[in-house]
Amino acid sequence: MKKKELQELQGIASQVRRDIVRMVNNAGNGHPGGALGCADLLTLLYFKVMERKEKFEMNGENEDLFFLSNGHISAVWYSVLARSGYFDVEELKTHRKIDSRLQGHPTPYEELEGVRMASGSLGQGLSVAIGAALTKKLNKENKVVYVLMGDGEQQEGQIWEAAMFAAHHKVDNLIAFIDHNKQQIDGSTDEVMSVESLKDKYESFGWNVFECDGNNMEKLYSTIILAKKEVGNQKPLMILMKTEMGYGVDYMMGTHKWHGVAPNDEETKKALEQLEETLGDF
Amino acid sequence: MKYSFSEKKDTRSGFGDGLLEVAKKNDRVVGLCADLTGSLKMGDFKKAFPDRFFQVGIAEANMIGIAAGMTIGGMIPYTGTFANFSTGRVYDQIRQSIAYSKKNVKICASHAGLTLGEDGATHQILEDIGLMKMLPHMTVINTCDYNQTKAATIAIADLEGPVYLRFGRPKVPVFTPDNDSFEVGKAVQLCEGSDVTIIATGHLVWEALLAEEILSNKGLSVDVINIHTIKPLDEKAIIDSVRETKCVVTAEEHQIFGGLGESVAGVLARSFPAPIEMVGVKDCFGESGEPDELMVKYGLTKNEIVDAAMKVIARKA
Repeated sequence: MKKKELQELQGIASQVRRDIVRMVNNAGNGHPGGALGCADLLTLLYFKVMERKEKFEMNGENEDLFFLSNGHISAVWYSVLARSGYFDVEELKTHRKIDSRLQGHPTPYEELEGVRMASGSLGQGLSVAIGAALTKKLNKENKVVYVLMGDGEQQEGQIWEAAMFAAHHKVDNLIAFIDHNKQQIDGSTDEVMSVESLKDKYESFGWNVFECDGNNMEKLYSTIILAKKEVGNQKPLMILMKTEMGYGVDYMMGTHKWHGVAPNDEETKKALEQLEETLGDF
Repeated sequence: MKYSFSEKKDTRSGFGDGLLEVAKKNDRVVGLCADLTGSLKMGDFKKAFPDRFFQVGIAEANMIGIAAGMTIGGMIPYTGTFANFSTGRVYDQIRQSIAYSKKNVKICASHAGLTLGEDGATHQILEDIGLMKMLPHMTVINTCDYNQTKAATIAIADLEGPVYLRFGRPKVPVFTPDNDSFEVGKAVQLCEGSDVTIIATGHLVWEALLAEEILSNKGLSVDVINIHTIKPLDEKAIIDSVRETKCVVTAEEHQIFGGLGESVAGVLARSFPAPIEMVGVKDCFGESGEPDELMVKYGLTKNEIVDAAMKVIARKA
């Protein structure tokens, strides 16, 4: 990727982070930590990687698809969807408020463009993505299905049912990501319920696993490109992203404290000072 | 006896044959099964359409999620496993990934109720109708014989939206017409009468017809309604009948809590209050035994329907 393009994408990610902080502050509650940590991935997917139609179609035929399994980081997805042009950025103001299409956890129930499946109750997105990938095969499409999961989410049993299925049935048009920030609500994943080693676990299930820094856009992009080259090679693909919860806001990093807590006005001001406004706030 | 049958067949075979037939007509139909292909009679479908059949293994939660995902891009997934594993085990997956996400999945459930038999209470779900009917947008169907199950299996492919299709294990009388049309949400009037209405679903429909014969011999005139669609419920058919008879008996192979009886009672309480008696399982679990023995022990036969009818007629003012 050219330096100029990289800088542009980093600029978008900075705006997305501003959106996240301001949306959560505006709502008075929400999940900023994980959302900030995944801003680089979602920016890259929607602005660089995914082959997608400009106008949203629920059926998603002949385009790449993205599913968010860890639905609580909805703020980052809403921001990226709005900034990608699926709906007006002004609608970000409504997140988590009454009569909004931007529910606390994402859903197609309110017919928000960009969202094809509800998530929030954890552990279901990998199965859903596998289903969508199977349909792409039946429809003879060569497009890719992407899904993002949390690392704490790996404690859900359904994930491993899905992991087993994807390898057994050679679902090789699927690239899954794990937001490996090692934090969950009650503390670090190591304390609460160790999920390690995720790499060994998925490899032993028959997946092709890549690892990278999920907050280094250049490295993340090159890893996605490596993984994309393996599409069609009989194995499901996994990118384990080492991320920092709260990335981009110094006082939110290195702690699980900001998993599900909104910054107050003063904290928000402090956060926004660290994030450049590149596309204009909503 | 107003109805007769020439043979007994299992409703699950109606599902298997219906699936094969609908798949021939509609190339969007796919089948998923959680290690019960034989029990669900999905073998012929699997053989005819190997590329459209997905063996999920003993992983029902994953099966529901995959089915939901497969609708994106236009497939019409039919999932197959026992009723217990089709509902209670995967309730949250159905709720979030299918119902709340408005996905066009057909959840097809065999071995519902006591007539699962010898495997016992772990597998004899008697709460599934209640679980499914509470979910917004979920259509709930419980068929009574082979022909009706086959017709329903075919019909639901054309109904956009989630469906729970419930059927059973044992061979039961085939008394509805072959190739009869199946209209989702439309009650089927089997007998017309003026003294009492009997509203039954699933395996209890045949028992309701046997009860009608007994009551008829006592000089009573009985309305018998086959409710194959519990949600959306044909409220008009129920109210029209009870307006005439002024009392009603419901019969189902399900807990009385959350079942057809409660739905009927709700309709009547809102629109036309009338005495009601419910034949169903009364807040207990089942046990191992032969299907017929269990239906007798738990009070799900023509005799209980007759008793309930006499009781409810006596309650009429």
